[in-house]
Amino acid sequence: MNKNKEKLLAKRYSSEKRFQFLGKSAIFMALLFLAIFIFKIFSTGYTAFQKTWLIVPVNFDAETMYLDANPSKEDLEDADYFEISLQSMFNLDKNANEKQQNELKKMVSYFFEREIKQELINDPSLLGKTKDVYITASDDLDQVFKGNYPRDLPENQRRVTDYQLKIFDQLVEQGKVESKFNLSFFTYPDSREAELAGIASSFMGSIFSILVCLAIAFPVAVLAAIYLEEFAPKNRFTDFIEVNINNLAAVPSIVFGLLGLGILLAVFQLPRSTPLVGGITLSLMTLPTIIIACRASLKAVPPSIREAALAMGASRMQTTMHHTVPLSMPGTLSGTIIGLAQALGETAPLILIGMVAFVNTIPGSPMDPAASLPVQIYIWAESAERGFVEKVSACIMVLLGFLIVMNLFAQIIRHKFEKKWS
Amino acid sequence: MLGYTSYYFGRKKAYTIQSTNKRLTALPQFYGYYLAIWCAIPAFIIYSLWAIFEPTIVKLLILSDYANQGYLDDELNLIYEKTKALSRGQFTGEVTSLIQTSSEKYLNLRSIAQSSKVVIVLCIIIASVAYAYKRISSNNRTREPVEKFFNAVLFTASLAAILTTVGIVFSLIFQTIDFFKVIPLFDFVFGTHWYPAKAFVRDSSEALDPTMYSDTFGAVPIFAGTFFIAFIAMCVAIPIGLMSGIYLAEYASYKVRQYAKPLIEILAGIPTVVYGFFAALTVGPFLKDIGTAMGLEVSAESALAAGGVMGIMIIPFISSLSDDVITSVPQSLRDGSYAMGATKSETIKKVIFPAALPGIVGSILLGVSRAIGETMIVVMASGLAANLTLNPLESTSTITAQIVVILIGDQAFGDPKTQAAFALGMSLFIVTLCLNIVALRVVKKYREKYE
Repeated sequence: MNKNKEKLLAKRYSSEKRFQFLGKSAIFMALLFLAIFIFKIFSTGYTAFQKTWLIVPVNFDAETMYLDANPSKEDLEDADYFEISLQSMFNLDKNANEKQQNELKKMVSYFFEREIKQELINDPSLLGKTKDVYITASDDLDQVFKGNYPRDLPENQRRVTDYQLKIFDQLVEQGKVESKFNLSFFTYPDSREAELAGIASSFMGSIFSILVCLAIAFPVAVLAAIYLEEFAPKNRFTDFIEVNINNLAAVPSIVFGLLGLGILLAVFQLPRSTPLVGGITLSLMTLPTIIIACRASLKAVPPSIREAALAMGASRMQTTMHHTVPLSMPGTLSGTIIGLAQALGETAPLILIGMVAFVNTIPGSPMDPAASLPVQIYIWAESAERGFVEKVSACIMVLLGFLIVMNLFAQIIRHKFEKKWS
Repeated sequence: MLGYTSYYFGRKKAYTIQSTNKRLTALPQFYGYYLAIWCAIPAFIIYSLWAIFEPTIVKLLILSDYANQGYLDDELNLIYEKTKALSRGQFTGEVTSLIQTSSEKYLNLRSIAQSSKVVIVLCIIIASVAYAYKRISSNNRTREPVEKFFNAVLFTASLAAILTTVGIVFSLIFQTIDFFKVIPLFDFVFGTHWYPAKAFVRDSSEALDPTMYSDTFGAVPIFAGTFFIAFIAMCVAIPIGLMSGIYLAEYASYKVRQYAKPLIEILAGIPTVVYGFFAALTVGPFLKDIGTAMGLEVSAESALAAGGVMGIMIIPFISSLSDDVITSVPQSLRDGSYAMGATKSETIKKVIFPAALPGIVGSILLGVSRAIGETMIVVMASGLAANLTLNPLESTSTITAQIVVILIGDQAFGDPKTQAAFALGMSLFIVTLCLNIVALRVVKKYREKYE
């Protein structure tokens, strides 16, 4: 009898242990996913912050550029740089045949002419001399240099030819290949060429959409929350509004994209692909989030504050505006920032309103077509070129960085300024 | 600016009344607000009405020249558009004298309208401010009207949520109705063949041929794919999310809880496009490699990859919601169970879990609704062709992915293909709405039970 009891007890204890182990392993799994995830993004992405440059001697020959000895600034702007640029590439291998010359040209980005031009405009005294110029390497060579590209594939399966590799290795031996910080990733707009693609246009697009979103969602949401929490009579209608808000918070984001497409673009004829429309769509999406946060922080203000103000003869409006709302502001603000962070990471609705279009200019206002950071991630992730993979990861790192900063900011506001009532 | 100056004058007036030793009926600011509101609102109303009606009136005036000349409505519209383009200097076609004169007339009218608008708005501002100023001088009550006005503003803001819902329904419903005029509802709901590209290939000059669409817009494969991927996601999310929720609520020490909970919630804050990239680039090929090593045919865009990653995304929703629910189970239930000699896990399984079940079910339903509405992961990681399959290793497509596929790029409104996307959106909205309403109600009822 006693033995049976002990057996039962042992069984119960082991089941207890098993259960605890399950719980621990569940948490471990969740954290493991997070770790793998962050590791994967960082390990593929960090190389994108470096860019490979070829150092090529360029002969700034006045005659080939159709310039006289003392050219004016306009002359320098209008001069023909193509020939000298081409020549300097061909000079890397003097015995190259036509096909090989073509391959030589493809070793650098198609921007090389402009880079050489910039060099001369910055220093006009170079005219007639020869100077080593940093030229952006093509993204395939860039990937080869970073070791992301397998060299042992047969030549016809590679995008880099044996000849290009040979010349490239020569350059590496001579120390003519350098890897430097990739500033253009932050200052260039999107491009079809991976080595020239940057996040400037999508970054500005994101900023503009978020500003539009903030300008619309914040005032409306705060006013609505004040009404619902402080003034609304308890009746069917306000209940209906409340149910509505709770449901809106859980409606899939793509439905808001359809709303933007069907109403903002089709009925109001707002311009497509612009941060303005994107911002309005996002603001409708974040509205419920901010309302809920604002109501929660209004609710947290103790009734004694209101009663004291009312007792001093303030009207209900004065009590709310002078006492309750300022006291609830930290909570409201941190809720707003979290809502905006959500909106910043949103992709699907923006794709539907056409912010997925290829934009190679940096938008200057919310009315110019633009992409946004998450949409840029999507666009690059869908492109086949290998050079874009690290760009995507780098773009994700930038986006995650922003989200982390915003969330930290929200936490700080909450902890620093929120009064503790107890 | 005008509003601010009138605020200033109103307050000043109130101070002068005060200085004559009369008793004010409200604080001086209220006089200021009162005047400012009277200054801004009537003028604003007139201005916006003007902006709405001006184009129509101008159009009528211009086209009155062409009346009784036997033009059709469309031709009249065309003439008007030409006129407008010419006056803006953007007209490229042949300029006839008729259009020339009417464009001059158009410019003329526009400038008259512009100047008269300024005059009228100014008049109204002056009139209303004068009226309000007189009322201030007679020391009328001003706090009540001002507060009533603010109250109205607050109320209007709270209508925004309803307006959004109405907007969603309206944007979806018209296109959906048009769609079902071409495609019978029955074919949409029970058809098993989804191939919208077929409708696109057709020459747009041809008349619509209903028989052509009969086998194109059957949504069963898409619905099946959606629920299948959501099911896979929940298979990942429910065990992990629930167990970690239970562990955090019942076992974890304060310290573990303090660090583990925010860390898990980071998973919810990562943008979905990032998950999509992860699923498409890492998980998909990884599963494919494993599958090939085991001799299985695995598509690189398998439902398993998309569903699995989606499950990871949903873990924090389920874990934090069920954590909340379990923590709100009253301590007395636990104490009673311990007093009977039950171990902790027995208490959880036999007492707390049944008590918390409604809340947990609610959180799972919210998770399902999120899985169904999730877009980017599916667009990037699962296939775009709609296969009717129950094999997790093959590729399937979902409602959201199809909407994106159809609407990416340029859309032609009025095309059945575009309308199909809206019909899909409508069904998505209805399904998630039902799930949300049920889930929220369950959670709310549960809360009331223990409060």
